[in-house]
Amino acid sequence: MHNTKYHKAGSAADAASLLSGADDGTVLAGGQTLIPTMKARLAAPSDLVDVSCASDMRGISVSGNTVTIGAAMTHAEVAGSSEVRAICPAICDLASNIGDPAVRNRGTLGGSVANNDPAADYPAAMLALGATIKTNTRDIAADDFFTGMFDTALDEGEIITSVSFTAPSKGAYAKFPNPASRYAMCGVFVASTDAGVRVAVTGAGSDGVFRAGDMEAALGSDFSASALDGATVDAGDMLSDLHGDGVYRANLVKVMAKRAVTAAG
Amino acid sequence: MTTVSMTVNGKAVSADVEDRTLLVDYIREHLRLTGTHVGCDTSQCGACVVHVDGKAMKACTMLAVTADGADVTTIEGVANGDLHPMQKAFNDNHGLQCGFCTPGMIMSGIDMVNRYKADGKTLDETAIRHELEGNICRCTGYHNIVKSIQQAAGEM
Ligand SMILES: Cc1cc2nc3c(=O)[nH]c(=O)nc-3n(C[C@H](O)[C@H](O)[C@H](O)COP(=O)(O)OP(=O)(O)OC[C@H]3O[C@@H](n4cnc5c(N)ncnc54)[C@H](O)[C@@H]3O)c2cc1C
Ligand code: FES
Ligand code: FES
Repeated sequence: MHNTKYHKAGSAADAASLLSGADDGTVLAGGQTLIPTMKARLAAPSDLVDVSCASDMRGISVSGNTVTIGAAMTHAEVAGSSEVRAICPAICDLASNIGDPAVRNRGTLGGSVANNDPAADYPAAMLALGATIKTNTRDIAADDFFTGMFDTALDEGEIITSVSFTAPSKGAYAKFPNPASRYAMCGVFVASTDAGVRVAVTGAGSDGVFRAGDMEAALGSDFSASALDGATVDAGDMLSDLHGDGVYRANLVKVMAKRAVTAAG
Repeated sequence: MTTVSMTVNGKAVSADVEDRTLLVDYIREHLRLTGTHVGCDTSQCGACVVHVDGKAMKACTMLAVTADGADVTTIEGVANGDLHPMQKAFNDNHGLQCGFCTPGMIMSGIDMVNRYKADGKTLDETAIRHELEGNICRCTGYHNIVKSIQQAAGEM
């Protein structure tokens, strides 16, 4: 790892000013992606601004149907929140299956969303729940936030402070983990609200997380696994690699979508 | 260089380290506590698991400066005169072959038993195997590791 200068931020504003004072600074949250990347010398920021203890990026609040989760909340904290579980168990279940216990004790929601790994779990939840990604400067709708693999609408130096969403009346996430990495080979989050049904897919698409329009339409009129029999995603838009080709992944999307619908009840 | 201070196995320690120093390197190279192992450079094997403020973390995927002020426990700190029940269980059940993964297995094992007990949940074989997802063993095939953790879960 190349050398770097470490700073601990007490708040998002503190982090923003530390970043703007740095040559080539980067936010450090749980470090579960950034530190391995720095160890491999694929990243060499001049400064690291640690937001894991930033007080206004921590905490969970539930008010009515609205859930707000601080960007610095760890996967283990989200998985273990009884408040969130009472209203949106799907997101707790998703968090409890990210990586392994040690990764969940450090990795954060904000880091996962900002990184937008094409096989990460949280992006599917954010997109299916129609979440709002709140940053230190603005609110961004999930539909506008994820702009392709490892790419987001975040500007240079912009910091995610929290995400918020309305709990769906029915929702579930079904993941087929890659047997080696445990990242999603395919993960499908299905959410049904008064506004309709949203289906978001991670792991399978060749350009990162995406919404499956065909499936949303089919489930909009009939929220059942069998409603998906005729729905498809285009195999040509799927990732094709040694773990599975496009046709295999397109089928996997359907299988996982059905499992999610069944689990959502 | 930054001065870091923390408690490791109950003892206050402090040193000037480069900001890029990993917690595992601080533990092994500065404190000379070499029970915590490094088995990979991709954060996947779990040989380096220690407890930071009571939670299992991969010491290879955390900077020493991040742990400033923390209470850290390594494999050297779990026995209290006698072997810890988790250590004894690995001994009783032959839960190791070469032993390289064992410190991480024991630290993860203690963490999972503590968590399940705090939540009032039963740690059965399926749960143990799921909880061990971040600890890789190249020798044993896991069977006796799972048996060891099961025994310790009954004794802790
Ligand atoms: C062994 C292993 C297995 C894993 N398995 C899975 C899995 O199954 N599913 C899954 O989804 N993920 C998995 N992960 C990734 C894990 O979830 C990471 O925690 C997550 O991707 C990044 O979160 P972090 O808090 O660790 O962020 P960091 O590593 O600290 O940062 C990641 C990136 O996000 C930026 N960033 C962080 N926080 C913010 C913020 N608040 N605002 C703006 N930018 C920010 C950083 O600058 C950096 O570019 C795994 C990781 C490991 C090591
Ligand atoms: S050495 Fe830390 S996970 Fe392998
Ligand atoms: S006993 Fe050899 S790696 Fe586990």
